[in-house]
Amino acid sequence: MYNKAYMVSNPMTPNQAVFISPEFCNGCNTCVDVCRSDVLVPNPEKGKPPIVLYPDECWFGGCCVAHCPVPGAIRMEHPLNQRAGWKRKETGEYFRIGMKNPPPPNTRPPVG
Amino acid sequence: MAESKYTQATEWPYPVNYGKENEDAADVLVLGGGIAGCHAAISAAKRGAKVIVVDKGAVIRSGLGGTGVDHWHLACTNPCSKITPEEMVGLLKKFGDYFYLEFGNGITGYITCKESYDALLDCEKTGVKVRDVDDEFVGAPFRDEKTKLMFAYDYENKYCIRVNGGANIKVALYNELKRLGAKIYDHVMATSLLTEGGKQGARVVGATGVNARTGEFYIFKAKSTVLSTGAPAGLWIFSTELAGATLFQEPNLTGEGTAMAWQAGAELTMLERSSAMIASGGFSYPMYGTGNAHNTWYACTIVDANGKEIPWVDRDGKILKTVSERYRPAPGQKTFFYGRMSPSYELWGPTIIPDLPERIMKGEFKLPLYADLPSMPEHERRAIWGLMIGHEGKTRIPIYDRYTKAGFDPDKDMLQANVMPPEQYVFSAWWGSFGPRQWRTGGFAAGGGLAFDWDLKTSLEGLYVAGMTTFAGGDHSVAACSGRYAARKAVKYAQIAGKPVIERKQVDKEKARVYAPVTRKDGVGWKELRAGLCRIMQDYCGEYKSEETLKTGLRWFNSIRESEASMAYARNPHELERTLECLTHITVGEIVMHASLARKASSMPLEFKRLDYPEMDPPEWNKFVTIRLENEDVKVGELPFNYWLLPPNAPTYEENYQKHCDL
Repeated sequence: MYNKAYMVSNPMTPNQAVFISPEFCNGCNTCVDVCRSDVLVPNPEKGKPPIVLYPDECWFGGCCVAHCPVPGAIRMEHPLNQRAGWKRKETGEYFRIGMKNPPPPNTRPPVG
Repeated sequence: MAESKYTQATEWPYPVNYGKENEDAADVLVLGGGIAGCHAAISAAKRGAKVIVVDKGAVIRSGLGGTGVDHWHLACTNPCSKITPEEMVGLLKKFGDYFYLEFGNGITGYITCKESYDALLDCEKTGVKVRDVDDEFVGAPFRDEKTKLMFAYDYENKYCIRVNGGANIKVALYNELKRLGAKIYDHVMATSLLTEGGKQGARVVGATGVNARTGEFYIFKAKSTVLSTGAPAGLWIFSTELAGATLFQEPNLTGEGTAMAWQAGAELTMLERSSAMIASGGFSYPMYGTGNAHNTWYACTIVDANGKEIPWVDRDGKILKTVSERYRPAPGQKTFFYGRMSPSYELWGPTIIPDLPERIMKGEFKLPLYADLPSMPEHERRAIWGLMIGHEGKTRIPIYDRYTKAGFDPDKDMLQANVMPPEQYVFSAWWGSFGPRQWRTGGFAAGGGLAFDWDLKTSLEGLYVAGMTTFAGGDHSVAACSGRYAARKAVKYAQIAGKPVIERKQVDKEKARVYAPVTRKDGVGWKELRAGLCRIMQDYCGEYKSEETLKTGLRWFNSIRESEASMAYARNPHELERTLECLTHITVGEIVMHASLARKASSMPLEFKRLDYPEMDPPEWNKFVTIRLENEDVKVGELPFNYWLLPPNAPTYEENYQKHCDL
């Protein structure tokens, strides 16, 4: 147990919208510059991952992910009230975005 | 708590210079760098004009169409099309007299029929993949083997082209703009139009803007201006808590273009139109992100919870036994628009049984429903999930990428449709559920805006209009075609126009207005203000309106303007931008109420209900009602239906087009 608490504002809704991996992010700020709504701003410390300052203004267009030069450095997550589900036709199994132990990724790229 | 240090007061990451003036001048100033704005700027620059593009976001991706396009409408001049522009505009007319759904109106619709394919070829030249060059769909019934073009919806008539590189179309347009040397101002929000002598109704000679990162001020001087800022949205409901991925309208579309044109004295029309909101916040799922059979998902097989297939029928209710019949017109029918979007039987297309809601109620079909992609023929499955989902706006990353990474496999999996009250299954875009009836929207595309003529010129000298800022905007192709056409006219005007002169007093007044919020520390923040303004629209300009409710609404808007809005604060340039949007919201709300007061009749096509004038569409009101400001007074006028074919215009589309198109 960690007995330290803070007085902070309530979390945003949605909480974060985009997640940046400090491990992969090279701090290039491309995502910051393609974002239409300034959801992301540069980190005051140069070279560090951008700050997700306004997740509540995210349109979830995914441009930040589309333009990121490092695969896996940034990902977009739908708000919990907007995660879809599906059923496997042959087996009748149910899946949903965000589930524990998801099935392996389908790696087929889109057309074009 | 890693991020907690940034939730405390950390200095703004960009250098702040409130009020610092930057001046620039152009032949053609393009306000709004979305699809319409980019095509306008490219077209103007190719004609040798010095061009400036100003955008709230980043032009590389900004605008409603900035995340992609999967199908390109009205490409009637492509070599495979069996429908001519004349035939098409005749069919579009059957959508009604006010607007042709997502296909513009008589002017923008015809321009698009003539130039849609050329605009797409222009995109192809900039590096956008349009055809099936990788031969992935050889033999598919929607592919033309000679041209490798692929078509959507009506495989017989082939006028709607599937774009298999559409996800990156905006990037290509942006690169082309750079190559042509257009000057781009990203993250600058235009705040007002400047007019000759600072007078309402005079020639437009430029615009002002403010940078959402630095707070710096911009004065743009221009011989002519193309307004392509999109249509106002978020007037009735604004909720960052609920909307997120479900929001169809781009959140930056708050209607600055409409508001600044109004202040400058331009004539507006059809802003009284509103409709019940689909794809609204909180009750919906990400666009195209649940099982459905609409638009990008056309014509997917749908099954119920027990795997029972929901039948498809033709326009007469006859059951269609094969998947391929869903992509063909009925015997004797020229063409169709999917489902029953058109009020005219002539254009009705194949659809999922229209009485599905009743049959769900009776227990014949069990919720939830699923999109049965695995049962679709391979080429159709791959076209829906791979081509369309993958290139349509807001699908590449949010849907294709996210869902496949989570393991979704269209060969095996059936995507669930959202579970809604049965009556809502009557419209097949099931990701978007209806919100409360007070939540209205300006309607997709034709939500009202600036009135215009065959030159796409507004009532103001030097001001041209394109895309959804017109009163009858449309989809990607209409935006592209109206953009390039408006720019040709703007260039021509710039060549003969006198030197633009900026009235300093008008600039000073605008500067005082723009920077007031940064001088305040207390008062109301932009989000609460925005929600409060929505409440005025919901209560006094909702589904049902009357003289009394509208006048009360105007009174409360004015009261908020004097009180809470005049105390709204902004703690950084971003909040300043959002606070200024609230002021836009008040202006646009007032415009909608004035437009609603001016139409003293109810109207079905406009989804406009006056409690005090309940009769629907009485003949004397079958016209466009216009409003404009003259010396700050609202002046009401009108335009007849089909004004584009009435004197002083020529009686046919082709004559008018040839006379005005400048090609």
